[in-house]
Amino acid sequence: MTLGFYPGCSLKGSSREYAESVLAVAKAFDIQIQEIKDWNCCGATAAHSLNRELSLALPARVLSLAEKQGLTEIVVPCAACYGRLSSTQYELAKNPELKARVAEINGIEYNGTTTILNVIQMLDKYVTPKLEGRVVKPFEHKVACYYGCYLVRPHEVLNFDRVEEPQSMDSLMTKVGATPIDWAFKTECCGASLSISRTSSVGKLSGKIVGDAFDRGAEAIIVACPMCQSNLDMRRKEINEYLGKKIDIPVLYVTQALGLAIGLDRKSLGLQRHFVKVTV
Amino acid sequence: MAKIGVFICHCGENISATVDCAKVAEVVGKYDGVAISVDYKYMCSDPGQTLIKKAIVEKGLTGVVVASCSPRMHEPTFRKACAEAGLNPYMCEMANLREHCSWVHEKSEATTQKAIDLVRTIVEKVKHNQSLNAIKVPVTKTALVIGGGIAGIQASLDIANSGHKVILIEKDPSIGGHMSQLSETFPTLDCSQCILTPRMVEVAQHPNIALYTYAELESIDGFIGNFKVKIRKKAKSVDEKICTGCGLCTTKCPNKKIPSEFNEGLGNRTAIYVPFPQAVPNKPVIDKTLCTYYTKGKCKICEKFCPTHAIKFDQEDEIIEVPVGAIVLATGFTVKKTNFFPEYGYGKHPDIVTGLQFERLASASGPTLGEIRRPSDGKIPETIVFVACAGSRDEAKGIPYCSKICCMYTAKHAMLYQHKVHGGKSYVFYMDIRAGGKNYDEFVRRAIEEDGVNYIRGRVSRVYEKNGKLIVKGADTLLGATPVEIEADMVVLATAGVANEGAEELAQKLHVSYDPYHFFAEAHPKLKPVETNTAGIFLAGACQAPRDIPESVAMASGAAAKVAGLFSQDELTREPLIAVVNRQAPPVFSSCVGCFLCMSACPYHAIEKEEIKNRQGEVIKTVAKVNPGLCQGCGTCVAFCRTKSIDIQGYTHEEVYSEVMALLNDY
Repeated sequence: MTLGFYPGCSLKGSSREYAESVLAVAKAFDIQIQEIKDWNCCGATAAHSLNRELSLALPARVLSLAEKQGLTEIVVPCAACYGRLSSTQYELAKNPELKARVAEINGIEYNGTTTILNVIQMLDKYVTPKLEGRVVKPFEHKVACYYGCYLVRPHEVLNFDRVEEPQSMDSLMTKVGATPIDWAFKTECCGASLSISRTSSVGKLSGKIVGDAFDRGAEAIIVACPMCQSNLDMRRKEINEYLGKKIDIPVLYVTQALGLAIGLDRKSLGLQRHFVKVTV
Repeated sequence: MAKIGVFICHCGENISATVDCAKVAEVVGKYDGVAISVDYKYMCSDPGQTLIKKAIVEKGLTGVVVASCSPRMHEPTFRKACAEAGLNPYMCEMANLREHCSWVHEKSEATTQKAIDLVRTIVEKVKHNQSLNAIKVPVTKTALVIGGGIAGIQASLDIANSGHKVILIEKDPSIGGHMSQLSETFPTLDCSQCILTPRMVEVAQHPNIALYTYAELESIDGFIGNFKVKIRKKAKSVDEKICTGCGLCTTKCPNKKIPSEFNEGLGNRTAIYVPFPQAVPNKPVIDKTLCTYYTKGKCKICEKFCPTHAIKFDQEDEIIEVPVGAIVLATGFTVKKTNFFPEYGYGKHPDIVTGLQFERLASASGPTLGEIRRPSDGKIPETIVFVACAGSRDEAKGIPYCSKICCMYTAKHAMLYQHKVHGGKSYVFYMDIRAGGKNYDEFVRRAIEEDGVNYIRGRVSRVYEKNGKLIVKGADTLLGATPVEIEADMVVLATAGVANEGAEELAQKLHVSYDPYHFFAEAHPKLKPVETNTAGIFLAGACQAPRDIPESVAMASGAAAKVAGLFSQDELTREPLIAVVNRQAPPVFSSCVGCFLCMSACPYHAIEKEEIKNRQGEVIKTVAKVNPGLCQGCGTCVAFCRTKSIDIQGYTHEEVYSEVMALLNDY
């Protein structure tokens, strides 16, 4: 089977290891991944806080391209991209005039028929059913599953998992042998793009997340968003300064943890690219 | 030959501003069978009614059409006027020129023409109308009250004191309801049990009240004045007549770790138990689902110790059937549990409790004997946070309504905490303080100003445990949405008041409407607050919406007054606008072919089978028959009937077709 793939900017840059691990896991389970050709930026944050039409036209173009290239189902690993694409599909489905206007701006037909999957949905749909017998190195660690904001919100649009106390990643991690902890910061803000403009704020916000996970005995934090991962990983210096501690628990993508459990090569999962050394 | 009188009303300017009333009167006056057609400024006024009455007498009218407002407004007025002049009231009909014409159209020729058409259809209908007589049904002067909380208690006492018999059923082993669980009551802080228990005793001793506890409604049949109800008296496994209520069995029962419903799970009870010391009746029941004898087949320790041999393990549920004339529903409400809140840890932390649990902690009869101690380790909390609107007014939680009682009981809780824990710190997170009621706002101000409760306007986003403390994260919206974090020892959630589980089924059993949240629906939100849309069934208390004690009591007395009013008559009069299956001369007897589609269509179970027999007593034909007491005249059966054998009186096929034909034919 073939699944369309929208990497977005992060998976081509700062979060290459996310793309590598998604592709490695897909390969291991015989899922053909086909990157959408000529894709563009989803417009996250910048576009949707400035210009409504632009914020819809950008993701709509990506979806139009997928339709044109015969990709009925696409996986969008970045939580922000996933949110923008899903919101666009939701809004245009409700408003035919806007839908026509967006198609006119883009100059491509838009039908809104593409099924959009985030990484957890992809794993649940195509990997979990075949997981039995494949776990050769159970990921036997206490893990803190961190969902962040975009993966589960807004519920009205995404209709995915529970908003306040999501469970999907926890149940997935249980299946590969991990023990998810019960903690309070699953959906708290990591500071997102303030990482660049106000790094100290990210140190504080992400610090609370990492601190709580560590205090409750987590040996790794599991994420499914490149922004979350880079803040919790790359800003560890600021985090540790804020906490006044030296916390070195790694931050893994859900696909990396799963890849380890099914015995994939560490390098194929991009584990060497992290700032906080992955020792688990 | 019909002699119809047509009376066109101007309704001040309501109709005449857009409809040429004089023209309508003139045109309609020329129709066949119209004996008089006049217009007048206010037809409902005394001179207007006199005009109609005079015309009936002088012209010998056989029918009257009043073209004015909606029949919902003045049909009874005009029918009464006609009856006073000697005309059968059902020969009077109204054409709605106001709501259906003048109010919704501009002034024009077409508007006047529409008015003419509307009047014409009704004139044609009245020509085919038949005289009808009101239906009379007898009344059984016994009321059934379902639910023994404060609303049910009050309703029972009021009905009983007006001289009528009452059957009060309560599903739990004791009456008292939620009020018996409360510590103090707002806004006076008088002890709940102290004011309630005398009433409970009064119910038990009242000669007009038959009290069945541990009993539920099994089924209901019949109609206003003539219900037949079956009551399931659940087996108590204790012979009430022999039991002296000594309580020895409850001290000997080895099964002591059952969470007590009365203490909201904060205390334990035994398998044979009396829910609380002041219970009425103060005699134990055996909880069959948890008793060791019933579950494992041996034990019977209670039987061994019972000095009067009152334990009866072989007792079975008993179903009794009683006739009643009216029913008061007072089944109350429940509160959402803490496991409803993912952001507050799904109730996994023992020190996050509901308001009702806090009542038990503050109550002298509670598990801590009235000392505020947290459930996890029994410590007195030094800092306590109350969260108002936990679930209420939250569309994301599916509960957009205000639970109404929480603002007041939260203020009371904080106040009680401050009175009992000197030096303690209390915080209340609230959205708005809704303290409408006599002495209510003063009470809240007292909590804030005299008792030093810290009120923070904002919502709580999350509660979680860290290093033995409960971290409450919220925002203070009066300080520019500043994030607030409080390290608390205990958190009390004023969880939303919701309908009881099973309320929907009960409503369906009784044919009472309910709202989307399964609260029972009143017949009119303003003018019929205690009636339901099923005649003879009334509402009291929180089964209709979250209600506090004064409101529940007032509603109960209101419902009781309605029941007493109903019971003041020996016979009831009902509108004869009901379905009738035709009867004809032999050999046809009825055009009904006995398919009984109507039976399955009828939402009121008003259609029965009737056997038509010959002189030898042999059944010739089985046909449908409508029970006039049950039929509400909805007409569903008419639409289902394949042989046009059913008519609604007052809206027969002939009458309705004549209206339609009047519209289709050119005049």
